[in-house]
Amino acid sequence: MIDVLNAIVALLNYVIIPATAYGSQLALGALGVTLIYGILRFSNFAHGDTMAFGTMATILITWVLQAMGVTFGVLPTALLALPFGIVITALMVLGTDRVVYSYYRRVKAKPIVLVMASIGVMFVLNGIVRLIIGPGDQRFTDGERFIFNARDFKEWSGLAEGMAFKTTQGITIVTAALVVAALFWFLNRTRTGKSMRAYSDNEDLALLSGINPERVVMITWIIVAALATIAGTLYGLDKSFKPFTYFQLLLPIFASAIVGGLGSPLGAIAGGFIIAFSEVFVTYAWKKVVTYLVPEPLEPSGLLQLLGTDYKFAVSFAILVIVLLFRPTGLFKGKSV
Amino acid sequence: MSDAYTGRGNKDRSITKESTSDMVPGPQHGQAHPAPGGPFLIGENMTGGYGNGPDILHDCTIAVDRGEIAVIVGPNGAGKSTGMKALFGMLNVRAGQVRLDGEDITELSPQDRVQKGMGFVPQNNNIFTSMTVEENLEMGAFIRTDDISGTMAQVYDLFPILKEKRNQFAGELSGGQRQQVAVGRALMTKPKVLMLDEPTAGVSPIVMDELFDRIIEVARTGLPVLMVEQNARQALEIADKGYVLVQGANSHTGTGKELLADPDVRRSFLGG
Repeated sequence: MIDVLNAIVALLNYVIIPATAYGSQLALGALGVTLIYGILRFSNFAHGDTMAFGTMATILITWVLQAMGVTFGVLPTALLALPFGIVITALMVLGTDRVVYSYYRRVKAKPIVLVMASIGVMFVLNGIVRLIIGPGDQRFTDGERFIFNARDFKEWSGLAEGMAFKTTQGITIVTAALVVAALFWFLNRTRTGKSMRAYSDNEDLALLSGINPERVVMITWIIVAALATIAGTLYGLDKSFKPFTYFQLLLPIFASAIVGGLGSPLGAIAGGFIIAFSEVFVTYAWKKVVTYLVPEPLEPSGLLQLLGTDYKFAVSFAILVIVLLFRPTGLFKGKSV
Repeated sequence: MSDAYTGRGNKDRSITKESTSDMVPGPQHGQAHPAPGGPFLIGENMTGGYGNGPDILHDCTIAVDRGEIAVIVGPNGAGKSTGMKALFGMLNVRAGQVRLDGEDITELSPQDRVQKGMGFVPQNNNIFTSMTVEENLEMGAFIRTDDISGTMAQVYDLFPILKEKRNQFAGELSGGQRQQVAVGRALMTKPKVLMLDEPTAGVSPIVMDELFDRIIEVARTGLPVLMVEQNARQALEIADKGYVLVQGANSHTGTGKELLADPDVRRSFLGG
């Protein structure tokens, strides 16, 4: 009985909690991708680097705040800096739209042209972020590190297995839930949100109804900038900030959006968690959990790890390929790719 | 569905992302000019085509006045829908002009024409399938800043079934009900002229009769109605004015009754 509890605790500690936090980050990222796809009709390859830019802006403001002696008590200062980061990123994103994308919209370019343009934007952002903050690792978490740590948990529960719950994980999950709730309220209840859905559903008819496409596009970019900055900052708080990691996040984020169904916000969230859990499940060494559950003679000698963590991107990629082969519209009937 | 324009619907290049091979901005970025006189809505001597493509319309004139139902009929590929889209600014009109309510609107984009009071119901994809019936109507009234509940009640009076189904997704409705949503959406703008592109395409004869009744009801309120119809005989029966187009040009023009009686028209496409 105790062993089963230990197994559950180990599972929570090493799989469920990290995967939920990671899934929330992916979901926020995928929401941004899916909104752009639904409304601007192209796959935005610059999204990973938009996240990096937003996080960088937040980090810089965090440093300024810290230098001024402002902190947020037990919570990371970065949360205070987040609104500023969002504003800066929104301005940057609206700037790129003005300079790059608006032209292609005006000439009604094919989506692939916009995708190529977004790859260009991606490289430029890539460079800008590295120029400003450097290619290295940045840790900017402060405040209380744990909501409860492994030792406290062991003492409290009397179990052999410890469980830790990092503040950043808690913040990630709570923030993601709040942001998603706010986004859905906005899309389903407000006039502007409905006009965005209408535009995504049937662009021509939206035009005939007098919905101003440029306004819809502008609001979309602002929301996407906010989502990207929040997702990036949460990821950075939880792990660390490194521009290249954010570039790599593009794959799991796109996999999430496509698995859920491009253009479907609900799908993006589901997709985020599916990808995150698959990644963690496949790359976690199950030896510990299994050891608790099976009788001693059956104890595994290997690590019971399906894939090394180095291959975690292979998981997203495999899921992506499978979904595209068998259900190209994704789980929630998004637009076919 | 052998009509050359089937599926073209509102998906033609001029207002969608489907690009022409060379990337040029659309033609309509201009202003309206006063041009008093003439019928309420008229496209006069229009010549033009999609994008930089060949001309589809040749010196074509279509008009509708207050309280009238005008119908555009003609054989397949005659440019019926194209003619209506030209009025709505979805074509490159290279010669001729379009006037609405004493204004020259030839240079306006389709969106600006909506603001000027043109309500357009495309043939295909004319509803927001992922939104509820009520949300569809709300989106129809997007340009209005006043209270829309009165207009919505009127639309529900006209199409009682929509009131019943107002919280259902429009994509789940039957063909006839979808057309009602589409017409209702256009009416929500409180348009000054209503343009319908084959409102009875793909619905059963019974539903078609009912839709025609509703359209007559709308026209009786004084709203000019211009529509393209494949069911030429039924459409001409309710029409105050009929235009027979052949190969993008006016072939016959007259009241509905005149055209129905015209032996030439009867022989060429009413089937004797």
